[in-house]
Amino acid sequence: MYKIVAARNVGLNIKQFVIEAPRIARKQKPGQFLILRLHQRGERIPLTIKSSDPEAGTVTIVVQAIGKTTSLLNCLEAGDSILDIVGPLGQPSEIENYGACVILAGSVGTAMALPTANALKQAGNHVIFIEGARNAEMVVFEDEVRQASNETYVMTDDGSYGEQGLVTLKLKALLAAGRKIDFVLAVGPVPMMRAVAQITGPLGIKTMVSLNSIMVDGTGMCGGCRVLLGNKSKFACVDGPEFDASLVNFEVLSQRNAMYRDKECESLKHFEKHKQEELAQLRADLVTSEIETSALESGEPDLASQEAHHA
Amino acid sequence: MPESNLLPLKDRMKIPRVRMPELDSQVRSRNFQEVNLGLEAADALTEATRCIACAKPACVIDCPVGVKIKEVVALIYAGDYLAAAAKLREDNALPAVTGRVCPQESQCEGGCVLGKKGAPVAIGNLERFVADFERASGLLGLPAAAPSTGKSVAIVGSGPAGLSAAGDLVQKGHRVRVFEALHELGGVLIYGIPEFRLPKSIVKSEVDNLRRMGVEFETNVVVGKSVTIDELMHNEHFDAVFVATGAGLPRFLGVPGEHFNGVYSANEFLTRVNLMRAYQVSEYDAPVYDCHDRDVIVVGGGNTAMDAVRTARRLGARSATLVYRRSEAEMPARLEEVKHARQEGIEFRMLTNPIEFIGDEKGWLTGARCMKMELGEPDQSGRRSPVEIKGSEYILPANVAIIGVGTTANPLIQSSTPDLKTTSRNYIVADPATTRTSKRGVFAGGDIVTGGATVILAMGAGRKAAAAIDDYLTTSEW
Ligand SMILES: Cc1cc2nc3c(=O)[nH]c(=O)nc-3n(C[C@H](O)[C@H](O)[C@H](O)COP(=O)(O)OP(=O)(O)OC[C@H]3O[C@@H](n4cnc5c(N)ncnc54)[C@H](O)[C@@H]3O)c2cc1C
Ligand SMILES: Cc1cc2nc3c(=O)[nH]c(=O)nc-3n(C[C@H](O)[C@H](O)[C@H](O)COP(=O)(O)OP(=O)(O)OC[C@H]3O[C@@H](n4cnc5c(N)ncnc54)[C@H](O)[C@@H]3O)c2cc1C
Ligand code: SF4
Ligand code: SF4
Ligand code: FES
Repeated sequence: MYKIVAARNVGLNIKQFVIEAPRIARKQKPGQFLILRLHQRGERIPLTIKSSDPEAGTVTIVVQAIGKTTSLLNCLEAGDSILDIVGPLGQPSEIENYGACVILAGSVGTAMALPTANALKQAGNHVIFIEGARNAEMVVFEDEVRQASNETYVMTDDGSYGEQGLVTLKLKALLAAGRKIDFVLAVGPVPMMRAVAQITGPLGIKTMVSLNSIMVDGTGMCGGCRVLLGNKSKFACVDGPEFDASLVNFEVLSQRNAMYRDKECESLKHFEKHKQEELAQLRADLVTSEIETSALESGEPDLASQEAHHA
Repeated sequence: MPESNLLPLKDRMKIPRVRMPELDSQVRSRNFQEVNLGLEAADALTEATRCIACAKPACVIDCPVGVKIKEVVALIYAGDYLAAAAKLREDNALPAVTGRVCPQESQCEGGCVLGKKGAPVAIGNLERFVADFERASGLLGLPAAAPSTGKSVAIVGSGPAGLSAAGDLVQKGHRVRVFEALHELGGVLIYGIPEFRLPKSIVKSEVDNLRRMGVEFETNVVVGKSVTIDELMHNEHFDAVFVATGAGLPRFLGVPGEHFNGVYSANEFLTRVNLMRAYQVSEYDAPVYDCHDRDVIVVGGGNTAMDAVRTARRLGARSATLVYRRSEAEMPARLEEVKHARQEGIEFRMLTNPIEFIGDEKGWLTGARCMKMELGEPDQSGRRSPVEIKGSEYILPANVAIIGVGTTANPLIQSSTPDLKTTSRNYIVADPATTRTSKRGVFAGGDIVTGGATVILAMGAGRKAAAAIDDYLTTSEW
């Protein structure tokens, strides 16, 4: 059981959690993620680790509610617990002194890119952060972004904050102005990452993208997260999640991410109707799990099974 | 020969093998309940009567862990089931599991002399009977643990190898902590083998027993990522480590089109259904692509492929077809599973090999381009190797294709432990007699050493490791 020690809303449907997970906190590096499961009947979902505090034994994640699991997660508050968290998973970002780096990220992708931006800046790079959002309300972590970069641009679709336009518009503008760019990292929706790859590919700029494929175990055991790189199959959970954008087959990625869309919509609708019951059920389940394990460990088998039945 | 066994040998040999009662195939192909229902005590007695108590029991020789079958059967005949269970447990830590999943026809029952003329003694069914009796009686006494030695052992992986090592080591008085990457304990027994062959409650009760004996379990720890072997030894002060991480990496065919939606590895398909309980869709959140009213093909001929195709059937597949490139005689799956699969309406398409998956413009699978095969010369494994028949291509329609052609080593430990010697195929090198690896204090066993094998072999390796680890902890000699 992993305790939530702090939770706060940071944007529309976006929430930040600080969670006790000492093993993960000790080992986490920028670019890595964790997989969590909320309750006994829950699915496993991957989330990037935004930062960790090895002394306090905590990790920070940022979650955008888009489907059932993320919506339920975002109902939780400090004091609640999460049943299972495993990590850190995936390869850390490759941090080098590249020179000038551009990071493009949108909404929750901003949180995902922050640890890498910080590390790149610390490694002596000149970091240009281009944050995108639909509107002013969706701009998140602006202060942290400014701290993690040497140059910061905020782009909104409707121009309600910063400059109007897509993040790629700013990237093109920088290139058109003759800025030397040595390294690019794009974290966000597939169309955005593909657009970035199309701009930087022909120029031969080393570009990495963080792929959000569907995952189950996160340890290389299922192959569900496989992505096509050139004509090679790679597993995003162990070989990635960051890959060289010039090799990524984005078509296959979006096609595979759509695999469960109908089911996900159904389960989100169901969840929205029964939000309070689901939340109450989750909390009850966690209490049961806790009693069961502690009873077994203290050698009281009967108590464990009885409690499990009563709950 | 059991003393109380008064029927003359000749008459005993005339008794036909007792049939295992089964759930009706029409009913069971729509649910996940266990197929084999188990023997009644009277049936077990009859079956035990068939054993002629050989002076040199070949059954024992052919059981990979040398279960004292003759003595176990004699105790069943005498009606002392708990004593029979205790005798079983001397060599086999998970009898309720092996009684259900061992390939008995090529092990104990393959050796039984009665098999030369008729049907061998149903050793697996008897083993299951005894173990189930013991569990249901609730009289399973916890073995006495030796006084604490002050030494501690970390076990990586909670499959049959890890669990059996844990049981033995805790009894010797060592502190034992099992680290498991997934959120549930049991390895393949939980995420691979389906409920209808091995109910999860059996694995859970074995794990609970270990907990009561004092074994500590920590789930959600991926050794190699969350913590390394060196950190376990130096920072967390474990005196020895047993690596039992299995061979869980899926192999794909490497043919074009494997990225279409609807193409799964058997691991993913079975994990979603077993571990994430996707078959209880109304209650559980993890979806599996709908098999209902669709055509499903499963590629492979082993237990994994068989489990996947029977699972697809139960999820309501319109057609569930097993596609295998050799002939039925070469299929490595357990005989009983093949029989059950046929009864459940699984279609067998032997000597067939998919060479490409095809799909529609939206990326959904529509079929597999297949090649017909014929059997040629025997290959390294001694099996006749399949050869393509030129010009025999055709398209097999399918909405779901599941690849169950085997697995390879889990790599995370090897890549984070540079001084651990591995084979060219990334399995861990361990001494067969002692399970010692190239790294002092580190032992390895089960599928991570042998490649995908069987539950009983993994369990045997776990027990061998426990003995070797105990020896090392006592003598400090490497
Ligand atoms: C390496 C990685 C890091 C991520 N980091 C973050 C993060 O820091 N913050 C954040 O808000 N989101 C992150 N995501 C995305 C997040 O995992 C999904 O939003 C979440 O799984 C959706 O679950 P759901 O039940 O709420 O929605 P669903 O209804 O299940 O799905 C909504 C959408 O999410 C995708 N999705 C569903 N299940 C999974 C899954 N198991 N794995 C990946 N995608 C899935 C589907 O393609 C679908 O389009 C990350 C994804 C990956 C692969
Ligand atoms: C679908 C299927 C059906 C089968 N049917 C049969 C059958 O009928 N009869 C039979 O005898 N055999 C069968 N087998 C084979 C048998 O299950 C295996 O040989 C046996 O389980 C191997 O045991 P193990 O302990 O070595 O590894 P596993 O059972 O694979 O367990 C390894 C465990 O280690 C964990 N792990 C891996 N890496 C790490 C890490 N880095 N850190 C922490 N934990 C880790 C895994 O999550 C897993 O839980 C079947 C296998 C499959 C896949
Ligand atoms: S462990 Fe397996 S091989 Fe040995 S006696 Fe039992 S069923 Fe037979
Ligand atoms: S070989 Fe068969 S008949 Fe002989 S002891 Fe073993 S089980 Fe009994
Ligand atoms: S999530 Fe299962 S292999 Fe990557």
